[in-house]
Amino acid sequence: MVETRVVITFQTTTHAIAWERACKEEGLPGRLIPMPVEISAHCGLAWLAAPDTVDILLERARELDLSYDRVVELK
Amino acid sequence: MIYLDQAATSFPKPPQVGQAVVSALQTVGNSGRGGHELSLSASRLIFEARLEAARFFGSSDPSRIAFTANATESLNQALFGLLEPGDHVITTAQEHNSVLRPLFLLERRGVELTILPVDSRGVVDLEAIRRELRPNTRAVVAAHGSNLTGSLLDLGFLLGFCREHGLIVIIDAAQTAGWYPYNLAEQPIDILCFTGHKALYGPQGVGGIYVRPGLKLRPLKVGGSGVQTFSQEHPQEMPEALEAGTLNTPGIAGLLAGLHYVQAQGLEKIQQLEADLTSYFHGLVKEIPEVVVYGDFQAVHRLPIVTLNLKGVGASLVSQLLAERGICTRSGGHCAPLLHKALGTQDQGAVRFSFSHLNTKAELAETAAALGEIARQYGGKQHG
Repeated sequence: MVETRVVITFQTTTHAIAWERACKEEGLPGRLIPMPVEISAHCGLAWLAAPDTVDILLERARELDLSYDRVVELK
Repeated sequence: MIYLDQAATSFPKPPQVGQAVVSALQTVGNSGRGGHELSLSASRLIFEARLEAARFFGSSDPSRIAFTANATESLNQALFGLLEPGDHVITTAQEHNSVLRPLFLLERRGVELTILPVDSRGVVDLEAIRRELRPNTRAVVAAHGSNLTGSLLDLGFLLGFCREHGLIVIIDAAQTAGWYPYNLAEQPIDILCFTGHKALYGPQGVGGIYVRPGLKLRPLKVGGSGVQTFSQEHPQEMPEALEAGTLNTPGIAGLLAGLHYVQAQGLEKIQQLEADLTSYFHGLVKEIPEVVVYGDFQAVHRLPIVTLNLKGVGASLVSQLLAERGICTRSGGHCAPLLHKALGTQDQGAVRFSFSHLNTKAELAETAAALGEIARQYGGKQHG
């Protein structure tokens, strides 16, 4: 069985760190990783989230006015 | 040693500032240059400083604060990033060269420039702005407080006028950040330029610029950003839009410690202590017959600066004689050429005594006594 990973990308490092900080404060699991090459060869950071937390993550992001770029499912 | 050159840079710095710089040198990497722990630690530290600076100035959005090397870089970023040939910009005669020189250069490139005059005390005639509006007036740039006389602009009037007429306001807060309680959520300041090493007690080489949401500046420099590597254009999102290249992370760590220090002290307490020192020193030196003091000492609020000359004695000689007694002051032109012309001190310069809340009345009494001795020895004759 192939494990599914969900990655959230950001336009800036500042957005990524703001996201990490908010997730820690909210107790939402996940961690920052280098941008996976499957998404982009650009530099930058991405948030590696557990698939079952994505909906709540995005809901909280809207409530907290957190910026992100894309949500990508990787298999 | 008695250090009275706080308007040049605050000294001594709180010990925690140096400790924070050293800690950053020993524990963090380069922000945005990797997903490893050292790089992330740098990014977290910088974000924390951004958040703290935003809170300190009353903004809820840390992404609107970009770090720079100093207020001069911030002002250059603001002015070159905003103004275009055909625009009209208004400034004042009390400005530092960090405002004037970019404006004179922009004027040679086709920007129209108006400079509001100052009176004989060096106080800006802000009312004159009413007569200077043009259809193409785009912005007003002004120091909130003079680095030479310590006089403050009537910020409320300026902000109200600019809002009424749709002008962009750029405030040079080099002398006032860490002294005046800005509240960007309430005050319509479009761009605030600050340095970290004066009243914010951080290290030299770090400053910042606040740009209000919705206002876009052309970046002064472009290059490494840690994101969007294969794009030919520098990222446009704040704050990275204005932060090309590796940031001064140890300096930013020191600035963060300075911000914490100032917040712990409280601006109200700092202002009160410094006002007492200023009033005390002014009271002592004005009794010396040879002393001429510049600036408005009737004003309710002013920066902790007393600038003066001894009649017949060059400012540099006075400053040198004080330095020989272990007293640090600044002489010369203070990078404020138009204000010196208005005060009639362009040939003599002036001696600036600037205080922090860490100075003491005993230090100021000793300094005034030394100045009295120098006045008796050299005053009234032509020296230096």
